[in-house]
Amino acid sequence: MILTRRKALQVGAAGAGGLLLSGCDALNDSAPFKDGLAGVGRLHELTQRAIIGDSLAREFTEIDMSPVFKANGSLRVADPAYRALLAGGFGQWALRVDGLVHRPLALPLTALRAMPQRTQITRHDCVEGWSAIGKWQGPQLGAIIAQAGLMPGARYVVFHCADQLEGKPFYESIDLVEAFHPQTILAWRMNDAPLTEPHGAPIRLRVERQLGYKQAKYIMRIELRESLAGLYGGRGGFWEDNRGYQWWAGI
Amino acid sequence: MDQHFPPAADRPEHQGGDLVRRHALATRLWHWTNALALLVMLMSGLMILNAHPRLYWGHYGSEHDHAWLVLAALEDTAFPGWMTIPSNYSLADARLWHFAFAWVLVLAFTGYLLWGLLRGHIRRRLHITRAEWNPRHILHDFVAHVRLQFPTGTAALDYNVLQKLAYGGVLFVLLPTMILTGLAMSPALDAAWPWMVDLFGGRQSARSIHFIAASGLVLFFAVHMVMVVLAGPVNEVRSILTGWYRLPREKGGAA
Repeated sequence: MILTRRKALQVGAAGAGGLLLSGCDALNDSAPFKDGLAGVGRLHELTQRAIIGDSLAREFTEIDMSPVFKANGSLRVADPAYRALLAGGFGQWALRVDGLVHRPLALPLTALRAMPQRTQITRHDCVEGWSAIGKWQGPQLGAIIAQAGLMPGARYVVFHCADQLEGKPFYESIDLVEAFHPQTILAWRMNDAPLTEPHGAPIRLRVERQLGYKQAKYIMRIELRESLAGLYGGRGGFWEDNRGYQWWAGI
Repeated sequence: MDQHFPPAADRPEHQGGDLVRRHALATRLWHWTNALALLVMLMSGLMILNAHPRLYWGHYGSEHDHAWLVLAALEDTAFPGWMTIPSNYSLADARLWHFAFAWVLVLAFTGYLLWGLLRGHIRRRLHITRAEWNPRHILHDFVAHVRLQFPTGTAALDYNVLQKLAYGGVLFVLLPTMILTGLAMSPALDAAWPWMVDLFGGRQSARSIHFIAASGLVLFFAVHMVMVVLAGPVNEVRSILTGWYRLPREKGGAA
């Protein structure tokens, strides 16, 4: 009697657990349910933006810095054109700024270095859970966009990158609110040395109030757009298109 | 008369075996909403932890830094599929579940806390008197628990000091800690409210404390289940579903 009851309990518990798990997986595979979850995710963006305003991310001091700053995502770029630029110390490289701007730009590294610089020691938070603190230097993105002159209708800044993941070009995007945030810079210098290839040479984005997957590396071209629709998967970034990460990466 | 469990003045005379109202509707609604939300938070949280199953103290921490707890090597899976939502590896989907149910958890918790505090319910049920704080009293209750001697009759309607500590600990320590450490891991909110992440000594500390508090909730759940089974699962489950509870009879009575 006891044995059969115990057995029944075990079977019952296993059955309930199995039902729960398969139920969650079934929900997870259902598009309307997933859209619902993502809709609640959109609520985070609205709430966070209302809360954060134009606040600045914490800036640390040199003694707070990580001894080793982990490199993640693409660590090496296969594209032969990029390899030639890297071999030449990016002397032949220029950042293109185009799309909905009055004056498309081609800015060589020397021009970016000659602009007013911002240096910040900030915490980089990976979506996986780890954090690293590093020092970044470069011109503010807002100043570059202002130089190009925004056309009416421009809402998003898209970063086209030299690397590919899973055979697809890497790209990311932010909107103008984040683009004109004072801590949003195009860093060419990290921890007092020019950016290395694993960290995104020649320049990478620092958008300090969001997670690591937004910090695009190997930026070749910046495009001002009215909408993210029609661009690759339409969700505004490689990770958003291919992994389902949220476009707003404040959490 | 046990002075630690004075019957409420307006409590009608009941004896062992009577069916009485035990749990308020708000308590029952919150209990089950919270149970569902916590289960989803735990299982999706374990999937998120699978992405980097190492824990650190301080502001930063990655595989290059000292971890105080390594749950698995980075190339291994710390928590198997039957423990996680979804069961197959997806950090992105686990985050969708985790953050969506965080709203359920926080709104239900805030609503119940406000109701309980404003109505005096929490003070009536969970307030620990000075006499109850006496270590000898706590020890007495503890020994009684270990010997599986549970109060009978109307005394069973009042929470003993161990129950008050457990429920109060969940309500005022573990759940607020979970919520605040969760928020402190958001880089956007850290910019807006730097005091929050400072409260815990950095983002990686907040992440570690998030894990420790979650472990505390799992421990609470395990003890909670054992106590429900020992105290009479049918009666206990009926009371948290319908509110009606049958008072335990005195030992040696007409049981």
